[in-house]
Amino acid sequence: MKTFTTIGFTLLLILSGLSAVTAADNIATLRGSAPLNQEGEAPPMPRPESNDQKRKRNYPMQPPVIPHNVQGYQVDMKVNKCLSCHARKRAEESQAPMISVTHYMDRDGNFLADVSPRRYFCFQCHVEQTNAKPLVNNTFKDIDDILAEEGQ
Amino acid sequence: MNTDRRTFLKTQAVATAAAAAGMAGAQASNLVSDRSKTELQWNKAPCRFCGTGCSVNVATKNGRVVATHGDILSEVNRGLSCVKGYFLSKIMYGNDRLTQPLLRMKNGQFDKNGDFTPVSWQQAFDIMAQKFKESLKAKGPSGIGMFGSGQWTVWEGYAASKLFKAGFRSNNIEPNARHCMASAVAGFMRTFGIDEPMGCYDDIENADAFVLWGANMAEMHPILWTRVTDRRLSNPHVKVAVLTTYEHRCFELADMPIVFTPHSDLAILNYIAHYIISNKKVNTDFIDKHTNFRRGVVDIGYGLRPEHPLEKAAKNAATANDSTPMTFDEFAKFVSDYTAEKVSKLSGMSVKQLQDLAELYADPNIKVTSFWTMGVNQHTRGVWVNNLIYNIHLLTGKIATPGNSPFSLTGQPSACGTAREVGTFCHRLPADMVVNNPEHRKITETLWNIPAGTIVEKPGFHAVEHNRKLKDGVINAYWIQVNNNLQAAPNLNEETLPGYRNPANFIVVSDAYPTVTCQAADLILPTAMWVEKEGAYGNAERRTQFWHQLVEAPGEAKSDLWQLVEFSKRFSTEEVWPAELLDANPAFKGKTLYDVLFANGVVNKFPITDIEAGFKNHEAEAFGFYIQKGLFEEYAAFGRGHAHDLASFDTYHQSRGLRWPVVDGKETRWRFREGSDPYVKPGKGFEFYGKPDGRAVIFALPYEPPAESPDAEFDMWLCTGRVLEHWHSGSMTQRVPELYKSFPDAVVYMHPDDAEKRGVRRGDEVRVISRRGEIRTRVETRGRNKPPVGLVYVPWFDASQLINKVTLDAIDPISKQTDYKKCAVKVVKV
Repeated sequence: MKTFTTIGFTLLLILSGLSAVTAADNIATLRGSAPLNQEGEAPPMPRPESNDQKRKRNYPMQPPVIPHNVQGYQVDMKVNKCLSCHARKRAEESQAPMISVTHYMDRDGNFLADVSPRRYFCFQCHVEQTNAKPLVNNTFKDIDDILAEEGQ
Repeated sequence: MNTDRRTFLKTQAVATAAAAAGMAGAQASNLVSDRSKTELQWNKAPCRFCGTGCSVNVATKNGRVVATHGDILSEVNRGLSCVKGYFLSKIMYGNDRLTQPLLRMKNGQFDKNGDFTPVSWQQAFDIMAQKFKESLKAKGPSGIGMFGSGQWTVWEGYAASKLFKAGFRSNNIEPNARHCMASAVAGFMRTFGIDEPMGCYDDIENADAFVLWGANMAEMHPILWTRVTDRRLSNPHVKVAVLTTYEHRCFELADMPIVFTPHSDLAILNYIAHYIISNKKVNTDFIDKHTNFRRGVVDIGYGLRPEHPLEKAAKNAATANDSTPMTFDEFAKFVSDYTAEKVSKLSGMSVKQLQDLAELYADPNIKVTSFWTMGVNQHTRGVWVNNLIYNIHLLTGKIATPGNSPFSLTGQPSACGTAREVGTFCHRLPADMVVNNPEHRKITETLWNIPAGTIVEKPGFHAVEHNRKLKDGVINAYWIQVNNNLQAAPNLNEETLPGYRNPANFIVVSDAYPTVTCQAADLILPTAMWVEKEGAYGNAERRTQFWHQLVEAPGEAKSDLWQLVEFSKRFSTEEVWPAELLDANPAFKGKTLYDVLFANGVVNKFPITDIEAGFKNHEAEAFGFYIQKGLFEEYAAFGRGHAHDLASFDTYHQSRGLRWPVVDGKETRWRFREGSDPYVKPGKGFEFYGKPDGRAVIFALPYEPPAESPDAEFDMWLCTGRVLEHWHSGSMTQRVPELYKSFPDAVVYMHPDDAEKRGVRRGDEVRVISRRGEIRTRVETRGRNKPPVGLVYVPWFDASQLINKVTLDAIDPISKQTDYKKCAVKVVKV
């Protein structure tokens, strides 16, 4: 098909071992090396990082990511498995971080005796991390680095 | 790295002591305690992602965004954000930001098969203007096109629409909202004669029951879901019904979890109407005073190419939107066909489930809010489903009062504010007006101060047609802004990609990042995003929200607004308007489109000094006037006094948004009800004033089968959609490491029995194949989505697994919106 001349030509070169794919031609960073009209191999399913190590937050208000496997965790109207360790009353026993005080506040900022129903579904803000390696670096600058630059 | 606490403390003590020894002054050695240094500059902005329209606070320091969090002053989200919202601070900082225009070149010349080469803006606009002029000359206004989005700011969409419809006299402009909200719009226009929900999010705190008709709010509208959760868990009498074609996270809160057979929602809704009538639960006073009954045209086809057998077989494809009056008794007889037994068989729901669901609507003491999004809108009978949901709210009078609310949610941050209200569709003008109405064209031409007869009567090509016409070489110069349509549009292999790569076509893509759409383009324009420019969005509850430019865009990246307006300088009226039009209006001779459209005495009325102190505004600096304010005020004139009233420009920079119509400084929470909506005449009670007689329409519309269903070879349904962690095509969220690592690759969610039958297990690689194309992906049998046997779900955010190679470009023939939720596939082990 003549509309795919470039793509077809490029593919031919790859197959013949003469890679003509320049950075300027294959620009879609998140796509990998497969031409648009081909599909590459799907990467193996990543594994959840489960080392229980706290990660530095990008800023104080960032919800911490989950440093352990939560596959199959039941969080519904009957039970909230996350809170079985992270609730205020369970944190001593579990040595898991207690959920933040904001999680006890209702819509109007009043503190409730237990976790606020508006904060009930943990995975809306807290997400697992897998061992997948990001495809693109992010140049977000930590406030501490900006302050350090300023001090120089 | 694992370090135990004792070792960590020891090394820290040494470091701290060393730092303190060399430190002058009273500063604590291991932190900055001086407030003058740590103070951050905080400003408000609406979130960049979904249609919920949360407000966030954005912290900047030294020209960088350093933090974001939910805005406690915003009524929408009161301090909450979903995980995407919390990571907004990082979306602009992917290290592959586009910073200069790139043109495919060979030997120093543009070449469709050349490599992307950096060029100046001057060179970029030179070749672009040349290509647009060539197409205009050869084909006229229908030879060019533009594809924008519900992520355009209000003034960007307005400027684009004006440039195309008035400047180029081309109605071939569409937003990607066609793929997401068009069925909702047509549903509103047919039932109420005016677009957008009558209720607002305050319905959530007032409802006794929620019914989700094809909306996975837990993932797609997380913050609204927190409000529903708050309501449900705080008030045990409240019931949540979740209707869907596969189990998803909303089931965690569902009192009535319901999985139904794809497309049978049409029958379920007709059954509910039948139940309400046969159990004498009709609010007769309400329907007598406020409604009409009409019978819609049937057998309307699937919007496929005209030569497709399904289109040839459809009797009424050309008159799909027509209807004729009928009586209540005729309507009652029509829906009586939809008995519980029959619908149970069609839908897979039990008779008991059907009755319990219907009773939520029938019981006059239960206030019901219905929510729906893409499950309803991305449907070859999406307009009908919208109409049928309104039917059951109208039959019971459960509408426009707090908690009683048929609520169409929206997917993009300004699908309502820009695509719908500004009217960036090929058939629409601002404030619900349309190009094929002579009165509407006249109003528009007057407000735009352009000659009568400038706007073309015939609607342009719709979104799916754009790709077909590009492939067929009918459209030859094409500009895409703020969306990733190669990844998003259906049937990529057969329509979109051949269309973009057609040697006869010149494709321009404006984006912040190099997407797959950019890769298929000929010219790429680097674009400023979100708080790199001043903006306005309108969310799903009619709330208009503004933000200021807070940081600079990288390199030579410029906003879509600057690109549109700057490009308009390249065209003289003589080049784009016919001689007769100019001879009759000689004052327009010798002018550029910039003079006519933007330096027109209205858009350029406000000086730069009107900009709030302390904020930069790149576009105002470039053009010499406060262009955002001028565009907004010119646009707002369309709606003021016509039930689409917007407040003044400056008001929005001070508020956390206001819900239109804003009359006498007051926003409107519930429309169409006396005492709440200033447009309802005294004594009326309710008034659906979008219709000339003030009555909403209850439609008789049948069940008709989908365009493609599983068969012996392609034996499964494919449903596509989003996931919580990524927004749309992932071009922003996939560049945030925490979001990427949480959900890096698409998977195919399937039932364990289906996996076993195909000899595959979780994690195995498979091909998902349709008649049109295939992807390679991995099997997920234990994830958050649990499809029934016979259905698979694949999210579309992953640029390396382009699932729209597999989908079908069947559309709703009335709304022209694609059905991304239903086609037939097979799954085969690699």
